[in-house]
Amino acid sequence: MIRIENLSKTFTMHNQGGAIIPVMAGGALQVAPGECVGLIGQSGAGKSTLMRMVYGNYLAASGRIMIGDLDVAQAAPRQIIRLRRETLGYVSQFLRVVPRVPTIEVVAEPLLQLGVEPAAARARAAALLAQLNIPERLWSLSPTTFSGGEQQRVNIARGFAHRYPALLLDEPTASLDAVNRAVVLDLILEAKARGAAILGIFHDEAARATVCDRLIDVTGFMPKAAA
Amino acid sequence: MTDQAYNFAYLDEQTKRMIRRAILKGVAVPGYQVPFASREMPMPYGWGTGGVQVTAACLVPEDRLKVIDQGADDTTNAVSIRKFFQRTAGVEVTEATAEATVIQTRHRIPETALSEGQILVYQVPIPEPLRFLEPRETETRKMHELEEYGLMHVKLYEDIARHGEIATSYAYPVKVEGRYVMDPSPIPKFDNPKLGGNAAIQLFGAGREQRIYAVPPYTQVVSLDFDDHPFVASKAPHDCDLCGASESYLDEVITDDQGSRMYVCSDTDFCATRQEAGHHGRLGVPQFSSKKIAKSLEGFCAAEGVTE
Amino acid sequence: MTFHQPVQDTPLLRVTGLTKHYGARIGCADVSFDLYPGEVLGIVGESGSGKSTLLASLAGHLRPEFGRIAYDGRDVLAMSETERRRLSRTDWAYVHQNPRDGLRMGVSAGGNVGERLMAIGGRHYGDIRAKATDWLGRVEIAADRIDDRPSAFSGGMQQRLQIARNLVTAPRLVFMDEPTGGLDVSVQARLLDLLRGLVRDLGLSVIIVTHDLAVVRLLADRLMVMKSGHVVEQGLTDQVLDDPQHAYTQLLVSSVLQV
Ligand SMILES: Nc1ncnc2c1ncn2[C@@H]1O[C@H](COP(=O)(O)OP(=O)(O)OP(=O)(O)O)[C@@H](O)[C@H]1O
Ligand SMILES: [Mg+2]
Ligand SMILES: [Zn+2]
Repeated sequence: MIRIENLSKTFTMHNQGGAIIPVMAGGALQVAPGECVGLIGQSGAGKSTLMRMVYGNYLAASGRIMIGDLDVAQAAPRQIIRLRRETLGYVSQFLRVVPRVPTIEVVAEPLLQLGVEPAAARARAAALLAQLNIPERLWSLSPTTFSGGEQQRVNIARGFAHRYPALLLDEPTASLDAVNRAVVLDLILEAKARGAAILGIFHDEAARATVCDRLIDVTGFMPKAAA
Repeated sequence: MTDQAYNFAYLDEQTKRMIRRAILKGVAVPGYQVPFASREMPMPYGWGTGGVQVTAACLVPEDRLKVIDQGADDTTNAVSIRKFFQRTAGVEVTEATAEATVIQTRHRIPETALSEGQILVYQVPIPEPLRFLEPRETETRKMHELEEYGLMHVKLYEDIARHGEIATSYAYPVKVEGRYVMDPSPIPKFDNPKLGGNAAIQLFGAGREQRIYAVPPYTQVVSLDFDDHPFVASKAPHDCDLCGASESYLDEVITDDQGSRMYVCSDTDFCATRQEAGHHGRLGVPQFSSKKIAKSLEGFCAAEGVTE
Repeated sequence: MTFHQPVQDTPLLRVTGLTKHYGARIGCADVSFDLYPGEVLGIVGESGSGKSTLLASLAGHLRPEFGRIAYDGRDVLAMSETERRRLSRTDWAYVHQNPRDGLRMGVSAGGNVGERLMAIGGRHYGDIRAKATDWLGRVEIAADRIDDRPSAFSGGMQQRLQIARNLVTAPRLVFMDEPTGGLDVSVQARLLDLLRGLVRDLGLSVIIVTHDLAVVRLLADRLMVMKSGHVVEQGLTDQVLDDPQHAYTQLLVSSVLQV
């Protein structure tokens, strides 16, 4: 489902003397449907950068990033928008939402974007929020004032609302207590079971052991010249 | 007796030709406001200089002129315009609608149906019906050009929203021949149905604003409205107290200090003709001639400073 | 649940080589882009970079010297003014930065919303009023304000009224020039939320000019960055903001606190 070949990335800092910073070269990996692959490597090795390139958030300098039959490295913006709407989910580390929008709407939004009936979308959102132990009295409030852990769970609920065939997870269990951590791992296992291809970053080794089928060390993709 | 110091009907021939060209253009494009170079007339603007110039351009020595103001032949305004043309053109004058060839009017259409060959000249204060919501002249011209008339209905909408019905009762906007929206001058909306399919030529002159427009004979003229708030040509729900007419437009007149009131035809010629023919209303006794009422109205109008 | 929404493969708006000068000075130069149905395009850039010029040229308020604008396959610049103005009051909408430029201040809220309906032939008072009431509700203005004039409204309400007035005829393409400018932050947020909902529910295509990167981050699918009348960079909104390629964009992004 996800196939990366010969991926490289450089940053050009125009406002710092035009410095060119190569951060990745020769990146390659595959994730099959129903499989969960964990990215590992020291801080700054490029895990998030790789993840962001897969999501189309960072531009690739060269190489291929195939999601199904779309090459994200070459795709037009609207192809990526469609991919993100229908196929590729992403749970980032931070929740970014329009202030004032109620939590239930934030979670239901990916489904509404797909044209799902509002009632059905909200029912699914409610089920996820309940599963993630967000008290019902908070559902009508904006998550902007929630605690870090609550925000993270809202973010996860939103990321799992639509059953994406491919999922990117950036530290989904980072600031969660044991109970909620277990819920999230269940969600991931459930997604694998229905055939989702998952690429994740997990600092928590136990979590990694529970959900990941394979691990890939991105240190191997660091450009030799710069290393 | 013609005053020889002036050309026939006061204006010089070249000016009259210019005005006639504007009139012809107006007749050719019903409802379209034709600009013209308005001349100074020996009377204030509020007195209908636009109408006077149009009348001057139309008159020929054989014409018989009638001048009315709010339906009456005898108000100061009507009298002085009539005198003006008697002096400057030496034309015959009349108060009988049917006998007149040219009728200059302010605020009314005569009750007696007009016939082919007659010309009805309206005095117009503000020719632009879109003016009240769109003050920019460049924009209103464009709106006419492109038939963007939504704004006209906004005005009617506002009326209903505020008063529960279309409260506009004068200068009620019309659409002419399915094309131009036109301000019929401040005639009561009661008169609007007479604008359409009329046998006479109707000419509109605005002096201060320098516009002439026209409705040729038998032109379709439709009053704007909403499906659920249709146009109604309303009048006071009374009969004329003098001639008993039930279908004419009435003025309300306070007759004494106790606030007694009576309703009389605003069209004095129409009322008098009916009375002469033997019709009479609630108070239709000889000492109340409609002419006298007109006189008292004139005093009232002057006191209130009512002009166009 | 079925999710299939066909991707529309013909752009709603196709702009090529659009150029507008003010005398010798460049307003905007050689601007090209496609806008697809349901897409929101953000245009950012510093003051004077040509954003408003571009928007006004697209909307037909200014006449560009060069270039082509195809709307739904029709050549906009070759259209008669009648056609273009008709388009402007049916298929298109223009939301001004200052609501006073987009509202009739002397007309009630209901009349403001109803005007476009009447302009396209609406002749049933009851229907017009019902639609106006519905739209006031959608932009969160209480129904009992329908007969009040906009001058009695707050800035945020006026802006929402302007949006209702523009969207009542279900346009397909909406131009917005700094729609949230001049509003305080909480009012902005509310407006943004509203706009997002409307864009999604009505499938609107939107071109929005702003210098607020947070606004485009939340509203725009794609972003175009302008400098001195030229488009220096365009792409997916979050990509342009998070991985800007052009020096100017990098400067723009780095000069605002986290967006
Ligand atoms: N009417 C005008 N006459 C002359 N020059 C103009 C005119 N309008 C804009 N310009 C110039 O064109 C360039 C682009 O201006 P424009 O208004 O399109 O910028 P903008 O990106 O919308 O700016 P802002 O963010 O301040 O609204 C600037 O150099 C500006 O000074
Ligand atoms: Mg601007
Ligand atoms: Zn009578």
